[in-house]
Amino acid sequence: MLLRHTTKEVKVREGLTINPAKTCQPIGAMYAALGIHGCLPHSHGSQGCCSYHRSTLTRHYKEPVMAATSSFTEGASVFGGQANLLAAIETIFAVYDPEIIAVHSTCLSETIGDDLQQITRKAKDDGKVPEGKHVIFASTPSFIGSHVTGYANMVAGIAEQFSVSTGEKKDQVNIVAGWMEPSDMREIKRLSAELGVKIVLFPDTSDVLDAPMTGKHEFYPKGGTTVTELQSTGDSKCSLALGCISAEPAAIALEKKCKVPFETLDMPIGISATDRFIMALSQAGGVSVPDTITADRGRLVDVIADMEQYFYGKKVALFGDPDQLIPLTEFLLDLNMKPIHIVSGTPGLRFEKRMQQILAERSPETNFKNGIGADMFLLHQWMKNEPVDLLIGNTYGKYMARDEDVPFIRYGFPILDRIGHSFFPSVGYSGGLRLVEKILTAILDRQDRDALEEKFELVM
Amino acid sequence: MEQITILEGRQKQVFEKKKGMEQVDISCDTSSLSGSVSQRACVFCGSRVVLYPVADALHLVHGPIGCAAYTWDIRGAVSSGPELHRLSFSTDLQEMDVIYGGEKKLYHSLIELIEQYKPKAAFIYSTCIVGLIGDDIEAVCKKVAKETGIPVLPVHSEGFKGTKKDGYKAACFALMKLIGTGSTEAITKHSINILGEFNLAGEAWIIREYYEKMGIEVVSTLTGDGRIDAVRRAHGASLNVVQCSGSMTWLAKEMEAKYGIPYIRVSYFGIEDMSKSLYDVALHFADRPEIMEAAKQVVSEEVKKLYPQLQKFKKALTGKKAAIYVGGAFKTFSLIKALRSVGMSVVLAGSQTGNKDDYARLKEMCDEGTVIVDDSNPVELSKFILEKEADLLIGGVKERPIAFKLGIGFCDHNHERKIPLAGFIGMYNFALEVYQSVMSPVWQFAPRKGGQQ
Repeated sequence: MLLRHTTKEVKVREGLTINPAKTCQPIGAMYAALGIHGCLPHSHGSQGCCSYHRSTLTRHYKEPVMAATSSFTEGASVFGGQANLLAAIETIFAVYDPEIIAVHSTCLSETIGDDLQQITRKAKDDGKVPEGKHVIFASTPSFIGSHVTGYANMVAGIAEQFSVSTGEKKDQVNIVAGWMEPSDMREIKRLSAELGVKIVLFPDTSDVLDAPMTGKHEFYPKGGTTVTELQSTGDSKCSLALGCISAEPAAIALEKKCKVPFETLDMPIGISATDRFIMALSQAGGVSVPDTITADRGRLVDVIADMEQYFYGKKVALFGDPDQLIPLTEFLLDLNMKPIHIVSGTPGLRFEKRMQQILAERSPETNFKNGIGADMFLLHQWMKNEPVDLLIGNTYGKYMARDEDVPFIRYGFPILDRIGHSFFPSVGYSGGLRLVEKILTAILDRQDRDALEEKFELVM
Repeated sequence: MEQITILEGRQKQVFEKKKGMEQVDISCDTSSLSGSVSQRACVFCGSRVVLYPVADALHLVHGPIGCAAYTWDIRGAVSSGPELHRLSFSTDLQEMDVIYGGEKKLYHSLIELIEQYKPKAAFIYSTCIVGLIGDDIEAVCKKVAKETGIPVLPVHSEGFKGTKKDGYKAACFALMKLIGTGSTEAITKHSINILGEFNLAGEAWIIREYYEKMGIEVVSTLTGDGRIDAVRRAHGASLNVVQCSGSMTWLAKEMEAKYGIPYIRVSYFGIEDMSKSLYDVALHFADRPEIMEAAKQVVSEEVKKLYPQLQKFKKALTGKKAAIYVGGAFKTFSLIKALRSVGMSVVLAGSQTGNKDDYARLKEMCDEGTVIVDDSNPVELSKFILEKEADLLIGGVKERPIAFKLGIGFCDHNHERKIPLAGFIGMYNFALEVYQSVMSPVWQFAPRKGGQQ
């Protein structure tokens, strides 16, 4: 009973967080920046921040994660971090030679009042940025929002600072990836190619954080959206933002700067959300949906029909990040399951509204909460009050799953104790199939484990 | 091979042992250069890892959520009883708190938590911005201590106020406030504290057992499987036995000054150092020769068991080369010896937090041609591993995938070790792990060591 300290009675807490269902902004900014080709993320703060983010991303991906730090000292914290950042930019270009440095702030540099825009401009004016190289930035204070906010801010920074409108439209569609796995990004690219729509996907961490073994340590792996592609986003026909929290800010930035119209979609997880994505992309590209994709969809529907009796009425608790939770909840309802407890540490009204839309008719009694106070301690308390048949969430869910003896599917960030998320997508119809398989395996394994001998079934 | 340069300004932190070369001092104890991809962490990290294993204390991180989230149960410091330390408590500071201060939030959080969990003491870690917004943590802690009747100890671990080592010191400072507040009644003369052993994978239990077999009383372990009550009476021990020099030497010195308790430095890795750590304690208690007899007995029994088991590994590993990059330098010394005992040589040795004396000793110990680095980075590590044709890297979480990308074996000698590496049994485990990884069949499918087969 690792979480023996969790009480059943839910009391109001005065701003205390226990077992968070979120982390801080900078790690999201670091992850987003890794999705640009030849980019070295840079953490403008204490050394520990950078070290923690790299360690967490490394544990999640089992890949080397490169990022630099301003290494704040006491002096920098009194006099401002400008000197540190300028020195850092010079050092990084001289030694690590990236195409781009993507600087993000931390609680420390934000509180001191360092202005990244001004400092990076000064670096350019002082000739510290070599010809053809770039320094971009995003403000990511750790005391606002969550890791998802940090991702959104960096992706918006990428769009804002790279896009150029030449006045000549290109026959291409921007897809702003919400926080998803490299496998998901790869799947989005595959689906677009299958549809025959030319896209610019950004950021794109495939071939960065799922790299093959080569016998070398590639400081800048071959993947990532290139600068040329990013610049061209300003000339695209339109943008599709996959996720109202993690992706939309970038689409808005593109609309503001380059007048690229956009549509915000849920992340394409499950049948309904993938249907909407395929529809939107085929319309944006002016193409019709090929039979191969229709067949993929059909296979997923077929499997769900085959096994529908096992899904029915199963209660699910889930936690994680808003852009995943929204379509995942919808998918669970489509599967005839009952998502009854939902928690996300990421604050924001958008999540609340979208969840209300999804749950209003089909499951109005569902508990859901996000932002302050929405942590795993609360979720665990809810689970004690109304037990579930399945728990879905990141690795930290394993404590609750063990204590309550509930089947558990690892999904989200971070996953520190299993592999697969980097390689098998959860978006698109094939991603739906994977989720269905995982859910069924968890439920049926449990049924087998608990079955009385005379009811232990061979055929299910 | 592609030439990789050493970061300008870092030349003084890298040294290659060559004959006839002038003995320059390696530069260390400095903060990392701005812009380097350092493998180091911060002050908070240092404090957190040292105090974390105290299992019946409340650990509250005062700051934005990240610092608490990243240190939530990441260290396999095992407890035989309470597990309050494995939960993550944070004041989760928001923008308004940064503007108006977080003292109230801290106060309420503490009161709620102490009421709920009845911990034996509370450690309050201050993070970067707490140092900036000027929360008076001392005052809040004092107030709460008064109201609740338990020790509430501030840990001044603002990330930017130095290196990880300063964090160790801040943690020891908090421990020092506890030590001396408990009763020392019934503590025998032949007693020790085990300092700098964090019970990763249960290592402290192994060590404790050896000492107890020798007839020595272990008053407290700092901080592995730690308990507040044991910490409070630590000043009753006759000797402090200090491992992990980086983290706890300061505490040992303070205890020597305040309570007159002498200390010795030991290491529990490898046969040689493990045996020495038992003998050295026995020597201290020379008034009872049976302790030395018992120590000899323990060593001889264990070595008799272990030695034949190691031969299989030694046969396979002889001639293989290792690179070491770990947190503390003291560990590096033991690892060099341990690797030699299974036939391996060391071609790169480095640490994140070694001091001048450590590096001097390291230079003395190493073979000709060995590269010695302080506060290294991935580019340097990859460069030397390839140049020196290492077959194994010993490091921590961030180094692991680099080793595997280069196609060489890896052994985690840091927080993420899954099996005990300390003690005699630990030497067996270590040899097995090295053997498994270096000799893994996976390498036959992989382009190795820069892609040249």
